[in-house]
Amino acid sequence: MRGCSFVTRLPTTEGRLTKWAVSAPPFVFLTAFFLLPFLIVVAASFRYPGEFGGLASLLPLLGAPGKDAGLTLETYRFFFGDLTYAEIFARSFFVAGLTTLICILMAYPVALLIARSPKKRRDLMVLLVILPFASNLLIRVYAWIIILGPLNLLYTPYAVVIGMVYVHLPFMVLPLYTNLEKHDPALLEAAQDLGANGWTRFWRITFPLSLPGIFSGSALVFIPVLGMFAIPELLGGTGDILVDNLIKEQFLDNRDWPLGSMLSIMLTLAVLALAGLAAWAARSRRGGA
Amino acid sequence: MPRQFWLWAASLGVYAFLYVPLAVVVLFSFNDSALNAAWVGFTTDWYVKLTRNEDMLGAALNSLLIALTASTVATVLGTMAGIAMHRYRPKLLPFMVITPVAMPEILLGVSLLLFFRQVLDLTLGLFSIVVAHITFSIGFVAIIIRARLAGMDESIFEAARDLGATPWQTFRRVTLPLILPGVVAGFLMSFTLSIDDFVITFFVAGVGVTTLPLQIYSMIKVAVTPEVNAVSTLLMTLTLSMILLASRFAPDVLKGKA
Repeated sequence: MRGCSFVTRLPTTEGRLTKWAVSAPPFVFLTAFFLLPFLIVVAASFRYPGEFGGLASLLPLLGAPGKDAGLTLETYRFFFGDLTYAEIFARSFFVAGLTTLICILMAYPVALLIARSPKKRRDLMVLLVILPFASNLLIRVYAWIIILGPLNLLYTPYAVVIGMVYVHLPFMVLPLYTNLEKHDPALLEAAQDLGANGWTRFWRITFPLSLPGIFSGSALVFIPVLGMFAIPELLGGTGDILVDNLIKEQFLDNRDWPLGSMLSIMLTLAVLALAGLAAWAARSRRGGA
Repeated sequence: MPRQFWLWAASLGVYAFLYVPLAVVVLFSFNDSALNAAWVGFTTDWYVKLTRNEDMLGAALNSLLIALTASTVATVLGTMAGIAMHRYRPKLLPFMVITPVAMPEILLGVSLLLFFRQVLDLTLGLFSIVVAHITFSIGFVAIIIRARLAGMDESIFEAARDLGATPWQTFRRVTLPLILPGVVAGFLMSFTLSIDDFVITFFVAGVGVTTLPLQIYSMIKVAVTPEVNAVSTLLMTLTLSMILLASRFAPDVLKGKA
């Protein structure tokens, strides 16, 4: 049927005009303000930092003549030659991993309970998980400043992880619930009839079947954690900076734009690799679910 | 059933973890003490004080102005993108629409900062904030519109054409009325996203202009006062009503968001 409408639509000039009128404005806007800026970040990572911050001029003629014009791999060499950066990336990934793990542990009982509740109660229970997520990020972080302050936990790595878990938990509950809801109860009944106890049923049936949900939830938690600079900034101590804080510093405080751009690209590559991995893992598991 | 009991206990714990912190914020906004430490007595002083805080009022006005402009433009562009993605199945457009939604916010923030300062040599302010907010909102609107169109019977559009309607007439009389709940939900969602955005705004705001989240950030960076609790409570009430409104127009929006 779709093929049919293509045949009737494409040949007319009017149809082609409509297609352009509808597609072009959003396309042009996003090319100008998303694609182009992104490509400029890529380009900026190969430039020299300017004498007063920002970028050095590309052509020797335009700025002060000297060695800092043109393109360079210097920033990348700097990155791979200095273990400090590797350490900050490693720490960021550790925090993201730990946050993901805690989110899985906390989200699982809730998702399971919702999936096993009567149908008419499920929507309300899901809504109650999303609702706090509707309040401003800063408010949710601020709430933890109030609570953790008297407990002497503020400005510690623990505070950072607690804040990260709090902000990202709904992203784990929802995909997990969507997955668990689809499980066929007959499988568990069959296992029970065959004499499997509660734990065995969970570990041999429910858990393996829920892996795709865990994978997609993990992607939804892990990736945003890497870009959430407000939480380490407000809840963490001076030693708890992550990649995103480092990027923020390069753009707003040190004004070393090539370094900031290079770090952004490294982060993007890491995120893309992880997203690809998660998609691959979810797909290779799909056979069972 | 003991297993069900543990499931309930653990889940109640998680729900408490989600709600207790926010309840504390609301509670202390009515507390007659400058410290967020112990309950002293009921007061609405912090709200009264808020109405005299000119920085905060200015920031709130900016936020409102930005959200209205950005969500209007984003709704128009996002609706176009959603229709185009549904009808013409383009290859590149979905990538351009979805990627800004999917990548870490900080990347959009720094790339727009670099673009505005380095390429356009523009002074950062209201304009750059509005453009940034449109960029990340288009995707959400487009996704809602496409989802709305996906469930529809194509033959009504063909019928309109067969009866001699121009593309504009078809859009005005057939498509728009059908997708209107999606358009409204998309608008409300972009409005909420814009009012709430901190990370991207932080990079493209420059020095002169603050929004409500930026103002809250600079306040809690310096000190914790019940005034922040009061403004947080008001903001929570606002977003809550926006979300409930959006969910009335398109009940599946709440699930689609996350």
